[in-house]
Amino acid sequence: MTALIGVGAFAAGLLGALTGLGGGIIVVPLLTLAFGVDVRYAIGASLVSVIATSSGAAAAYVKEGYTNIRVGMLLEVATTIGALAGVAVAALVSANTIEILFAFVLLFTAAQSLRPQAEHLTGSSSPLAQRLRLASTYPTPTGLQQYEVRGVPLGFLLMFLAGALSALLGIGSGVVKVLAMDRAMHLPFKVSTTTSNFMIGVTAAASAGVYLNRGYIDPGLALPVTLGVLAGALVGARILTAARTRELRLLFTVVMVVIGAWMFYKGVVGGA
Amino acid sequence: MADRQPAQSARWSDKQVEQLVGNLLRIGVLLAAGVTLVGGIFFLLHHGMAPADYHLFTSEPAGLRNLGAIVSGALHFDSRSIVQLGVVLLIATPIARVGLTLVAFIFQKDHLYTAITAVVLVVLVYSLFFSGRG
Repeated sequence: MTALIGVGAFAAGLLGALTGLGGGIIVVPLLTLAFGVDVRYAIGASLVSVIATSSGAAAAYVKEGYTNIRVGMLLEVATTIGALAGVAVAALVSANTIEILFAFVLLFTAAQSLRPQAEHLTGSSSPLAQRLRLASTYPTPTGLQQYEVRGVPLGFLLMFLAGALSALLGIGSGVVKVLAMDRAMHLPFKVSTTTSNFMIGVTAAASAGVYLNRGYIDPGLALPVTLGVLAGALVGARILTAARTRELRLLFTVVMVVIGAWMFYKGVVGGA
Repeated sequence: MADRQPAQSARWSDKQVEQLVGNLLRIGVLLAAGVTLVGGIFFLLHHGMAPADYHLFTSEPAGLRNLGAIVSGALHFDSRSIVQLGVVLLIATPIARVGLTLVAFIFQKDHLYTAITAVVLVVLVYSLFFSGRG
């Protein structure tokens, strides 16, 4: 059982790294649907693996200079408090409710992954963004490029939601985070994705700490899930340049739709 | 964190903080994965053949929830406690990163971001160390 979960987690980490969508979103369905694990144990194990992959990847990105640490820190106030809110909600709702919500997030993520990626840059920073000194630069092939920031209140609000979803569902919520930074705050795409990844570990740590104290994290599950996802993500990062990312992304989207429908069915019918 | 502020002490320049944060994250993940792996080898030797049951949520025993108990269990080479210690180290890695960022903002005399980072650190420390009490 441990070995089987490990192999499944490896596949999740590999797909997550290759598609850039993160493996967390299929770890929970994998554990609940394929292995019949209670969704609370699944969330605990998944969050731990999310911290591992996010921290590992952030170590590389931060050095490349894409990550905006000020934007990250400011929005982590929203995601960590959102995470505590999500943890509080998790204690009140049934496993079926969590599964139905999970299904919606899967379908939303699938829809988002099909959108064409377009930059939403802005010419000038809003007064609030100026006061918070959020504007920065990022490396491009033609040298350092300056960018401006706006939409801070909306971004902050979306980040609270991202934090709550992360805690409630055991996922990184990278899609909502990127949405907040790329669409609401007009950050460059590369800055949004790396800063999002940078924040995921902190967000997940906020809820994982509480879940550990509540007994949601079982070592027998955390072991194969964490090491499996981490190994998959490492291998994925190595072969990324050789992989056919577009086809994989499409495949992953189909997988998410199928899992989302299955998760929805399970949540509505109840039981297996 | 590269922005338009000049005047920072060379030791805590944005570039160097980025390098420090990157190294800290890498070391934290490697250490946590290493401890988890060691615990995992013990675990599989002892429990590898036992069918595990996670169908019903029963919550973990206090020995695997409480930080002090996890550390003392790991010191007694209890395999589950060692794996759980790896989990704790993993959760602690982003917390240490926030702590390091806080120190950097203090040295940069950036009062606004010192306060912002302090709020995040308080939430994280509460979550890991104090949420189990009361």
